[in-house]
Amino acid sequence: MIPELGHFALILALLFTLIQATIPLIGVAEGRLDLMVVAKSCAWVQWLLFVIAFACLVYAFVNNDFTVAYVAKHSNSLLPLQYKISAVWGGHEGSILLWALILSSWTVAVAIFSQRLPATMVASVLTVMAWISLGFLLFILFTSNPFERLLPNFPIDGQDLNPLLQDFGLIVHPPILYMGYVGFSVVFAFAIAALLEGRLDSAWARWCRPWTLVAWCFLTLGISLGSWWAYYELGWGGWWFWDPVENASFMPWLAGTALLHSLAATEKRGVFKSWTLLLAISAFSFSLLGTFLVRSGVLTSVHAFANDPERGSFILIFLSLVVGGSLTLFAIRAGQFKSFSQYDLASKEMLLLGNNLLLSVATAVVMLGTLFPLFADIFHWGKISVGPPYFNALFIPLVLGLLFLLGFVPLMRWRQNDLSLLVKQALPSLIASLIIAVLLPWWLAEQLNIWVVLALFMVFWVLSRLVFDLKQKLQHKRHPWQAMLNMTPSYWGMSLAHFGVLVLVVGAALTSVYSIEKDVRLDIGGSVSIADYEFRLIQLKDIQGSNYTAVQADIEVYQQQRFVTKLFPEKRLYSVQKMPMTEAAIDPGLTRDLYISLGEPLDGNSWAVRVYYKPFVRWLWLGGVLMAFGGLIVIRDRRYRFAIKSTKSSQSDGLFAGETS
Amino acid sequence: MKQWVYLLPLVLFIALAIVLWQGLSNDSRLLPAAMLNQPFPEFALPSLASSSQIITTKDLPKQIILVNVWATWCSSCLQEHPFLVELAKQGVVIIGLNYKDKRADALAWLKQLGNPYQLEIFDAKGSLGLDLGVYGAPETYLLDQHGVIQYRHVGVLTPDVWRQRLIPIIEVLKNG
Amino acid sequence: MRTQQKQRLYLVLFIIAGVSIAIGLMLFALGKNVNMFYTPSQIVAKEAPTQTTIRVGGLVVSGSVKRQSDSLAVEFVLTDQTEQIAVHYEGILPDLFREGQGIIALGQLQPNGIVKASQVLAKHDETYMPPEVAESLKAVHQKDSP
Repeated sequence: MIPELGHFALILALLFTLIQATIPLIGVAEGRLDLMVVAKSCAWVQWLLFVIAFACLVYAFVNNDFTVAYVAKHSNSLLPLQYKISAVWGGHEGSILLWALILSSWTVAVAIFSQRLPATMVASVLTVMAWISLGFLLFILFTSNPFERLLPNFPIDGQDLNPLLQDFGLIVHPPILYMGYVGFSVVFAFAIAALLEGRLDSAWARWCRPWTLVAWCFLTLGISLGSWWAYYELGWGGWWFWDPVENASFMPWLAGTALLHSLAATEKRGVFKSWTLLLAISAFSFSLLGTFLVRSGVLTSVHAFANDPERGSFILIFLSLVVGGSLTLFAIRAGQFKSFSQYDLASKEMLLLGNNLLLSVATAVVMLGTLFPLFADIFHWGKISVGPPYFNALFIPLVLGLLFLLGFVPLMRWRQNDLSLLVKQALPSLIASLIIAVLLPWWLAEQLNIWVVLALFMVFWVLSRLVFDLKQKLQHKRHPWQAMLNMTPSYWGMSLAHFGVLVLVVGAALTSVYSIEKDVRLDIGGSVSIADYEFRLIQLKDIQGSNYTAVQADIEVYQQQRFVTKLFPEKRLYSVQKMPMTEAAIDPGLTRDLYISLGEPLDGNSWAVRVYYKPFVRWLWLGGVLMAFGGLIVIRDRRYRFAIKSTKSSQSDGLFAGETS
Repeated sequence: MKQWVYLLPLVLFIALAIVLWQGLSNDSRLLPAAMLNQPFPEFALPSLASSSQIITTKDLPKQIILVNVWATWCSSCLQEHPFLVELAKQGVVIIGLNYKDKRADALAWLKQLGNPYQLEIFDAKGSLGLDLGVYGAPETYLLDQHGVIQYRHVGVLTPDVWRQRLIPIIEVLKNG
Repeated sequence: MRTQQKQRLYLVLFIIAGVSIAIGLMLFALGKNVNMFYTPSQIVAKEAPTQTTIRVGGLVVSGSVKRQSDSLAVEFVLTDQTEQIAVHYEGILPDLFREGQGIIALGQLQPNGIVKASQVLAKHDETYMPPEVAESLKAVHQKDSP
């Protein structure tokens, strides 16, 4: 009964989505407020129905209802409870349902937090989101119904969840990542509404920024989590593989980051209007493209999701309608958004333009590298794969360029700056940073690597500018501490996010260059040394998990004869899927990780073992978290609290208010 | 700026969409179903047990049968095997087509893992496989009472595939 | 008007310079870092270059995996059912490396015809066959047909 209830809820949701996608439009066209508000109530009902459907699926998983095909495929009665719940989004059908649920949650959030926005704007935004939801609902109901039954011949037990996904990281990673992906639909809807209405002003940009920021924060967190998961779960010790699935989430992030910066210029100075619209459309389009790439299987990757060409065609048609449609609208309407502000070469506008240019190129680099094998296949250039060297070769200079620009942020004002003063201010910082960047690794690592020096050079340059800026702001204040507290959340959030970038870059540079990796043959009682750590294999034992058996190694780590820690890497064999899994053991630290994973048993009592020394690897994810946290602080800024703003002020800058008449 | 600049993103996207569409239809897993609804190709091949015993098309039982293409070099076949044994126990008639394999290896495999096959065809050169359009093992064909291929499954025959894909066809064939 | 013209000039120059440098670098990097896929038959027929990194795919021949007893060096034979090619690798093989399994080796072809692999890829899925390998097996059949 319960699965049918869920299915029924989805069909009802389709109905309400249809209403939400049409009636408010008529309201906007005829200026009837009563029809426009329908959008809000529909959004609520739709959300409720999605929650019911999702709850039904969770119920089916928790109660081992193997008559449901999706449950039988992704769960097992022996699976621990927390994984039974996360298995809900462990496969295709459930992920898409989660995606749709999150989309409807964002829609409801818009309905709640847009009390003070002009009614036409809200109605248009909710309508656009309903159209997207409609696409996903049709997709679920016609190609990926999670409630399909296996009657009358159903299995006694399920096929179990892919062991790779039986992990904490995979419980939280997809929901957070989807929050980011789908969150860009809000700013996308705002952009479409602006194009439809033909108006775009700084109030519009101000409404868009918090939505973009929240989505961006989730995406940042989601990507960091994914990288962390790959690091400890895949057993290769890598943190980024430039794998198609990773790139699929990275492209919307890059476009979203560009959008954040371009929105700032649009809000403050009314420039880059059509460019901002294009980025808003792109960020969400890349999210859809990512879904297509992952779900259709046109590109295969280490994540190797099961896939189905029929679903691929559906998403591609949907993608073409959404992106093609919005870009057509863009082509027709974007020309009328003129910017009247002027700015000089040395200005914040140019700085943000540079940022956007570099980020767009970065997006193009990732897209070209990801899709090139597909191009090659179609044009018969042979079977090709694009390796990490391609991405690294292009990406590192781009990041260095972005950091160079980032250093100017505190110095640069809007409109125009005195170029010679700028040089005078920047030069000492640049020189000092370069000296430190050369001396520090020289002193600590005793070997110089050009990339580390360049990365540190840029990091110290930005850091010095951030610190000087803070110092200058507090210099003439009577109570510096008080003054610090009085600074806007915008300032703190932005500085923290930029600081996060620095932490991430330090982590990436040092880990990539100074990591030590050793594959060795290890006997019981034997040992291996890397850096100044010694790993001793004490014993091996067989252990029994709830749905797997494993060999566990007992390894003691010594640093110059002093005991550091014990590590227990495992090689598991999951009984249902007959799939071996490497569970790495990690001793984490702020300045270094020790990482050990079991390879394969060799003859006798020895094992092939992989040992890593990974300096500063934690900084990568710490940087990601700081960036996301910085973004959240910015949202606290007064000027984004439009929900509780007085009607008066919203009318004074909301030019759409008069539109209904 | 001129108006055409705003058309650029759309043009780029259309080009991309066309490429993606091509990529989708290029999928190597989409196999031509050339032999579907065709009679099983004529063949005369030795049995796995002895090279002197020749099996031909006429030896195929005149009932609904499965023809399973397998080999010892194929690890997925190993995964599939227990289910085939189970099906055979349930009375499903399965013909084994041993494909590009070594006779001794194949016989040892059947001895060790159990033999679900009523007939074992030994196709060392893959000539029958070629006629069938086999592109890898395992593959399973469903033949009706008249020896016409009704369904082809590429990859491991799992309980799921059996239930969802094959049983419905068999039901129809039995009743029709 | 003057400043606006200047501004537009900056903008256009900036974008043109940026985009053209970017495209140039991208194509250059792509040209250098693309790894072509070859089948064992193509390698035996000397179609593959020896100095650059290539990818070779095929089925691991049963009984061909030989580990050295004192190191992590391993040798195995890949086949596309027509030709065979030996692969040398030093390190840990992936969890799903099996005899009979379709795998891809990333490495350099030595003048003696052995591929020295720096990476061996097997997918985390039993039923999965790398598309390139599947295609090459299919191609072999098509070539065989009269």
